[in-house]
Amino acid sequence: MKRLADICSKFYLGLIFLFLYAPIGVLVALSFNESRSRAHWSGFSLRWYAELFKDPEIMKALYYTLLVAALSAFLASVIGTLGAIGIDRMTKTQKKIAMNITNIPVMNPDIVTGVSMMILFVFAFSLFNAGSLGFGTLLLSHVTFNAPYAALAVLPKLRSLDSRMYEAALDLGATPRSAFFKVIFPEIAPGIISGALLSFTLSVDDFVISFFTTGAGVNTLSILIYSMARRGINPKINALSAIMFLVVIVMLYIVDKRQRPKTEKL
Amino acid sequence: MKRSAAYPYLAWLAVFTIIPLILVLYYAFTSVSDGAVKFSPDNFVRAFEPMYLIVMWRSFVLALAATAICFLIGYPAAYILARKVGEKKSTLLFLLLVPMWMNFLLRTYSWLTILERNGIINNALFALGLPKMDLLYTREAVVLGMVYNFLSFMILPIYTALSKIDASLIEAAQDLGAGKMNVFFRVIFPLSLPGVVSGVTMVFLPAITTFVIPNLLGGGKDALIGSLIEQQFLRVGDWRFGSAVSVVIMGLIVIAMSLFYAVDSDEGEGGLF
Amino acid sequence: MTENNDNKLIELRNVHKSFGKTVVLTDISLYVKKNEFVTLLGPSGCGKTTTLRIIGGFERPTRGDISFDGKSVLNLPPYQRHVNTVFQKYALFPNMNVFENVAFGLKIRGRQSAEINEKVKAMLKLVKLDGYDKRTVLSLSGGQQQRVAIARALVNEPEALLLDEPLGALDLKLRKEMQIELKNMQVKLGITFVYVTHDQEEALAMSDTVAVMNNGEIQQIGAPEDIYNEPKNAFVAGFIGESNIMGGVMREDYVVSFGGDTFKCVDKGFEKNEDVDVVIRPEDVDLIDAKEARIKGVIKNVTFKGVHYEMRVQAENDYVWTVQNTVMSPVGAAVGIRVEPDLIHVMRRAAG
Repeated sequence: MKRLADICSKFYLGLIFLFLYAPIGVLVALSFNESRSRAHWSGFSLRWYAELFKDPEIMKALYYTLLVAALSAFLASVIGTLGAIGIDRMTKTQKKIAMNITNIPVMNPDIVTGVSMMILFVFAFSLFNAGSLGFGTLLLSHVTFNAPYAALAVLPKLRSLDSRMYEAALDLGATPRSAFFKVIFPEIAPGIISGALLSFTLSVDDFVISFFTTGAGVNTLSILIYSMARRGINPKINALSAIMFLVVIVMLYIVDKRQRPKTEKL
Repeated sequence: MKRSAAYPYLAWLAVFTIIPLILVLYYAFTSVSDGAVKFSPDNFVRAFEPMYLIVMWRSFVLALAATAICFLIGYPAAYILARKVGEKKSTLLFLLLVPMWMNFLLRTYSWLTILERNGIINNALFALGLPKMDLLYTREAVVLGMVYNFLSFMILPIYTALSKIDASLIEAAQDLGAGKMNVFFRVIFPLSLPGVVSGVTMVFLPAITTFVIPNLLGGGKDALIGSLIEQQFLRVGDWRFGSAVSVVIMGLIVIAMSLFYAVDSDEGEGGLF
Repeated sequence: MTENNDNKLIELRNVHKSFGKTVVLTDISLYVKKNEFVTLLGPSGCGKTTTLRIIGGFERPTRGDISFDGKSVLNLPPYQRHVNTVFQKYALFPNMNVFENVAFGLKIRGRQSAEINEKVKAMLKLVKLDGYDKRTVLSLSGGQQQRVAIARALVNEPEALLLDEPLGALDLKLRKEMQIELKNMQVKLGITFVYVTHDQEEALAMSDTVAVMNNGEIQQIGAPEDIYNEPKNAFVAGFIGESNIMGGVMREDYVVSFGGDTFKCVDKGFEKNEDVDVVIRPEDVDLIDAKEARIKGVIKNVTFKGVHYEMRVQAENDYVWTVQNTVMSPVGAAVGIRVEPDLIHVMRRAAG
């Protein structure tokens, strides 16, 4: 009985993972196919990878994607960390209000966040009679949806922090500034880093909000994939998928490694 | 270490989330007649015309179907995962996370390759001497795309809730005479409900508002709410109507979620609203 | 403790238990009579909880047998055993209120709701929680949660109640009160209790029989008085109450040397010149004039303990004695140490 249940549960998990990985596996496999065909294997080739890197449109989109991800992750971490520190010090009611504001971009459907920011930007441009949607608005929108996640990653670290540690540092003669950097900051740094990593990933992954807040000539990879996919199958996307899949695995593996020793202590 | 540290953060969110939402409300509740902007409910009246009600109903049904399927196949998976231990468990969790972080567009795109007329499945059918089928650009394809994209969002919170259940509670139930079924339905399932609630939220919300999945896998044939909003803003240019539809969808979500969260009473600090 | 078979409600025979390579229990044999209050006492990691879990059916022995009323229950799952457990941190169901928690076992067994209602109400009254039916369990204090856990188990009228450190989470005063209450309940209801604790005072105060455990083995089983007065080895002596434990040599029957001298004692049956442990309770030590004593020392430290003073006496041979006395001798005073022969406990040295 017990063995049967064991086998069934293994089989079930196997099916789930097959469902999750098969489509990606198909893309990766096809990325090495010589021909455009999805039906016939015409030999191993790196042709699509070569074409991918030669495609100026894709390379430009990659550049914008990484740039906006890095900048927005940095800015969101700074704003979000300060936000978390301030929120941690608030009274109960203030905290509740701040948390609800934090939850707006998290809970709001992406499409509403996207169109509402687009309205704001266009409204502001018409008000000042200058400017247009483009890299600037893209970056502003990414910082906006990342900042709450950065704050949410730091808050639990602050909550578990013993407030007497800061007071002890002051008692031992540290100035508030050095007490913060020598005592508080090292404690919350892991939260800041996870927040930044999460922001970076969310930014790379975002399509909907970028779609509404970017302007002509500034594409992210997601937007480019969307427009290419609407035109039909393109083997260069397969090659891109394989590369992004690899990046995801490596990044998650690093994050996982960082966290594992902690979880195993439990 | 002062409260004022939060001001830039709160100011930023106020400018870039609250003001935009106010603008959406403004556009939704105004219309232009004779060159003058005035308050009017016209956009909402229009949003509830049968043609658009059908779109909303369709979005609701497809999202609900996807959520139900995710729950039905996700719960057992979460349950099995929660019972694993040690290194094996971490590895399985890792494997569950990887596809989740894969680019959303690419995940959706991958099903094009599988489902299309010359795709993997039809080629396999053809090779077996069976007729080809129209798999892509159907509602089923849309639901499949939703399930595929959001399944992990169902599994993870349920898994978390299940792993938090103290093993001694299960032993206590057994001790008091409960067999496997009773232990599950009277103790384990009720205690996993918070996870189910957030799983359902995390699947239903993106599913009912998505426009990528219906546009790519549904071929844009049957519009969903998301596609409707996108069209109004980017193609038709009717911001007022688009805003009204956005307000309606937000309202529906708030109602659905507060009904849903009423079931799951105590959610700790910083609640939803 | 007669060897009457009919009287044994629960019996463990040569039970061994290991988790993977870790051996947790070695050759545990133990029986519990009807209406007896048996306590498994020992430091954490000694295997007492595992023993209780084997009785409850949550663990299966690697070897050995366990029987209830003479019938093996080795293959019986927990829900088919007529015992109930009060868990360490109570394990109350957070999704149910007080009434539902207590009613759980009866509901599972398909009792009529009128009967359930009546029994639960009566049980809540017994644990002094009448009127708390509708409260959520998380809104209760530790002591109240404890009572719910007891009620939840007792309402099923188990043949034996298993309690796993039930008072561990309570503060000292409440713990003392609950000890008395639990003991009264046990006597009044006439239910067999198997109780696990690491608190020796609690064990001595409540039990009919105490089984002292260490390293997965039973060190000694007996009535509390016997265990306290006649500890079988140095571990038991050290664990139950405070003791002065010294290495010594048994010269012959009734003669033992320790602390640099040879003394009369009441123990016999050792090999000639066998190495032994000598145990002397702090309250059994008399402080006398140094000139008249065979063991001399200096008071190093005095602590007031309420009923008595506890003093550390540095003896000339380097051993530091712990002495309890109602009369205080000041720090630095030279004193003599005397122990009556029948208060010198000689015990075999544990192997290894």
